[in-house]
Amino acid sequence: MNYVVAGIDMGSQSTKVVILDGDRILAAVTLKTGESADAEARQAMEDALRQSQLELEDIQNVVATGTGRTNAPFAQKQRSNASCLARGARFFFPKARTVVDAGAESSTAIRLAADGTVEDMVTNDRCAGGSGTFLDNMSQMLRIPLGELGAESLKATRAEKIANKCAVFAESEVISLVHRAPPVPVAEIVAGIHESMVDRLFALAQRVGMQSDVVMCGGVAKDIGVVRAMEARLGGHVSVPDDPQIVGALGAALFAQQT
Amino acid sequence: MLTMGLDIGSRSAKCAILDDGKLLTYGQVETGPDSAKTAHVAVDAAIHRRTKLWGESRMALPNVSTDQLRIEDMDSIVATGYGRFVVPFAHATVTEISCHGRGAHWLVPGVSTILDMGGQDCKAIRVNERGEVTNFIMNDKCAGGTGRFLEMIADALKLPLFEIGDLSLTSTKAIPFNNVCAVFAKSEAVALMRKGESHADILAGLHDVISRRAIGLLRQVGIAEKFVITGGIARNVGVVTKIREQLDEMEVIIPAEPMVAGALGAALFAFDRARRKSRAGVTEPIAV
Repeated sequence: MNYVVAGIDMGSQSTKVVILDGDRILAAVTLKTGESADAEARQAMEDALRQSQLELEDIQNVVATGTGRTNAPFAQKQRSNASCLARGARFFFPKARTVVDAGAESSTAIRLAADGTVEDMVTNDRCAGGSGTFLDNMSQMLRIPLGELGAESLKATRAEKIANKCAVFAESEVISLVHRAPPVPVAEIVAGIHESMVDRLFALAQRVGMQSDVVMCGGVAKDIGVVRAMEARLGGHVSVPDDPQIVGALGAALFAQQT
Repeated sequence: MLTMGLDIGSRSAKCAILDDGKLLTYGQVETGPDSAKTAHVAVDAAIHRRTKLWGESRMALPNVSTDQLRIEDMDSIVATGYGRFVVPFAHATVTEISCHGRGAHWLVPGVSTILDMGGQDCKAIRVNERGEVTNFIMNDKCAGGTGRFLEMIADALKLPLFEIGDLSLTSTKAIPFNNVCAVFAKSEAVALMRKGESHADILAGLHDVISRRAIGLLRQVGIAEKFVITGGIARNVGVVTKIREQLDEMEVIIPAEPMVAGALGAALFAFDRARRKSRAGVTEPIAV
């Protein structure tokens, strides 16, 4: 029997489960139910098992990560966010040296040594300013689906600058921009919102020092506008996995293979 | 000599009118999207002694008719606050820091430390015996330590803003909150509500957060007696109580009409201007 393992990432807004066999990802699930973390984890695991056509008994080892990892059902062990993100990022991009994970409520920048070990990291989980929640709120306010926000930002030829760093005040600022006479094109406002996001993420990443390959992951990395703006700020390429949200869970699964 | 002060805040606009430096009338209204129009509405409220916010006037006013007053009758008009540059008929603007210092000093002679928390900022101000600002610190960058925080919480819990303070005092269980960020605190509050925690307990925890934040700001300028709280926050008995608890030995003074301090200060500055100009034989230009 192959050594099949699972990694669970209990995030603040969603739970991710990855089932791994060797270097084959058998299942990857991201679940946002808003229910209790426990119920969500069980549901995510159930979905992942169904995806991989396995039973729970087939999973030999489970490692948990994420903000809610101490309450993760199924898990035999827990590993830190940073180490799981590093492992997961290196799986997709073996030359990764900087990992920028931008989630719903927290962002983390990690610097990796040449051998992939974590050398330094910094997290912001105190301020919604550069977080996925910031984008989410703007999306709701502007009535542009979150998945389309990035594309909208790329339509603009210039970005309307948003002075406020605070997510709450920035929202009021955007409202006044929307109502300005003459009106500011929405694409330019959205571009400005993306600029603000990247301001924060870039500043965070600079604190650990950015070195290529630079990898972005987390829900915010699904936004093509953020990625492009980050590349423009960096003056270089930013690598993003096809499914950026599962990187932490994948890293946890990789750790589960070792123990 | 009639002088007028206008404090156009992010949520409420206040107007105070003085007659030779004595309070004649005042009014407060909700700030609308148009600052210039809001200013007129605030003046109207003062002239007709109509306050739309928080109920009836709490400061004693002279038994004199003010309905006939017009903006043109004012010898000097000073505007302050967030919307001060857009008041078309103001002769001058003065910063809200100075106006709150001056106004608080007028309301509470001997004041040394002022905490002013409004719709979207929080200020800790030190003044000397003449009501002149000697030190201050302001947060206007993070919604977390401002009235906006409480607004968002009230909104999340579907309660009117003016009820949350009183409700927080009925709490029976302490819930520690981890977040100072208004956005994250709001989601934390919603999550706790879903888990079945009471509104009162959630509110008590959040009032604790915002009070600690305010005291943190105050400690940066030092807190000395007399200590006064002005601005909308002074109307929140939950925050005031928490601050009193934390500042154990020190008296926390709440003026009868704490929101008017800025406009009062502005009106007093206007009085200075009017007297200076009068001595110089000059009058303010006719307001447009």
